[in-house]
Amino acid sequence: MERVPILKIGSILLVSIQVDMSDQTAVQLQEDLAERIVATGAHGVLIDITALDIVDSFVGRMLSTIASISKVLDAETVVVGMRPAVAITLVELGLSLNGIRTALNVERGMELIAAARDDDQDLDEDEDDAGPDGGPATETTASR
Amino acid sequence: MTVGVDLGQPQTQEVRADEDVVRVRQLVRAVAVAVKLSLVDQTKLVTAASELARNTLVYGGGGTVDVMTADNGRRRGVRIVFADSGPGIADLDLALTDGYTTGGGLGLGLSGARRLVDEFEIDTAAGQGTRITVTKWSR
Amino acid sequence: MALTAEQSGRLAGLLREHGERITLRWTEIVAAQMRGRLSHAELLRQVQDLHRIMIAFGDQGLVDLADEGGGELRAELAELSRGRARQGLSATETAISVFALKDVLLETLEVAGGTEALRDYVAYSALIDQMGLFTFESYVRTRESLIADQAEQLLELSTPVVKLWEGVVAVPLVGTLDSARAQVVMERLLQTLVDTGSPYAIIDITGVPAVDTQVAQHILKTVVAARLMGADCIISGIRPQIAQTIVALGIEFGDIATKASLADALRHVLRSTGVEMGRRARRGQ
Repeated sequence: MERVPILKIGSILLVSIQVDMSDQTAVQLQEDLAERIVATGAHGVLIDITALDIVDSFVGRMLSTIASISKVLDAETVVVGMRPAVAITLVELGLSLNGIRTALNVERGMELIAAARDDDQDLDEDEDDAGPDGGPATETTASR
Repeated sequence: MTVGVDLGQPQTQEVRADEDVVRVRQLVRAVAVAVKLSLVDQTKLVTAASELARNTLVYGGGGTVDVMTADNGRRRGVRIVFADSGPGIADLDLALTDGYTTGGGLGLGLSGARRLVDEFEIDTAAGQGTRITVTKWSR
Repeated sequence: MALTAEQSGRLAGLLREHGERITLRWTEIVAAQMRGRLSHAELLRQVQDLHRIMIAFGDQGLVDLADEGGGELRAELAELSRGRARQGLSATETAISVFALKDVLLETLEVAGGTEALRDYVAYSALIDQMGLFTFESYVRTRESLIADQAEQLLELSTPVVKLWEGVVAVPLVGTLDSARAQVVMERLLQTLVDTGSPYAIIDITGVPAVDTQVAQHILKTVVAARLMGADCIISGIRPQIAQTIVALGIEFGDIATKASLADALRHVLRSTGVEMGRRARRGQ
């Protein structure tokens, strides 16, 4: 059985799926990722599906599960590079990929993970800053 | 079977294990490219085939998938027949409902696959196995 | 009355024997119909080619255009029809290029005379009719493919995807949206998002007079697909009638952002990105 490699870049785990995965390979990836998040203390998981020419309900469910697991382990999951034809098909199939954040490419995905991290830190900073400024800073939630 | 459709020589893929579903996807993709389906239609058909081949394996206990070209005189297309001799489907209406599952999946396989193809025929009864025929035509 | 192999051979002989006279006369009749739209030299060349291939056809003793050996003749006729169709000539003007041969043959046979000649002429006519019909079919096929090409070009022309700002693309839709066009728009918009790496898209429907359920569904699906890919769509320019239709049809736009005008939509997007820019600037201090 083929195994999808997981790369660690800084505090982010990068998974670039390059093969047509069997269901077993997908399940294996899900397990491997959970272990690697804990082992590395990564705070972000980037799954690049640029090379995938289809995403069916099984892979869709795997992506959702990975997102949920990583959330529990305090890591943000972003799926990047979904092809237009794949997105159109998923809409028709009725799969909404709930709970998964997506970005157009790896670069934007990285920004998204960094922004999610910043938001956490901003809250900390804002709490610290609140005193001297004479009031709590208002945090506007950006749409992305 | 629809009247007036010319069918090509079927290519058969046994579905006995997980990896066979991958092979079904590759076979369907090759035939879809050969009849010049658009990229989006190829993607829809391969996705539907993936769902149905998995059903054949998981619910039907394995079976066969026949992939062939089709021609109705105006358009070319791909026809796929998924056959198993498993337990069959007792309540078809229920099985075709979004979100209904007996196998712990998302319950989108059958209903979702039907939305991805142009023609969808299902022949099943409890204890009689299941035979699903789908066709996708070029635009 | 169908052509016999013997008659086919005789036709070849006749064409060969009176070669020059036949091609000149044939060209003359065709040229009269064309009224100068094709040069005499060009017509003569076409007629000479056809003449030569018909002799080869007859020499083989072939009796039917659909025969296996008739490939060259069919190809020549198809080529002739394609050319005529592309040049915008009518079906009659195309068919006359073949049917003119009948007049020429009749003139040629009249000189010989006799009942035998008449019988031959009827048989030759049957072949020429076949050739004429084939020409007509090729002509129609070419025109059909021309029309299909033009429809496609029109589709391309009428669905531009433009970059409005860094990271913002817009599709101004103009004219009636049918299901096919809506689908093309959907695919092109999504592809442009990937190609330009733009996380925002504005679909402006100011120029769309009406939408039906199917088209509204297509737009909704585009928005959902874009979201799956990591981009946001804003719909702008919804006219009052369309808003009424959408509500009357019970179509749920859910949490999709809609703005009155393209300008409002752009402002909305810039404000969304502006917040991020503002925050970054603050941290930079």
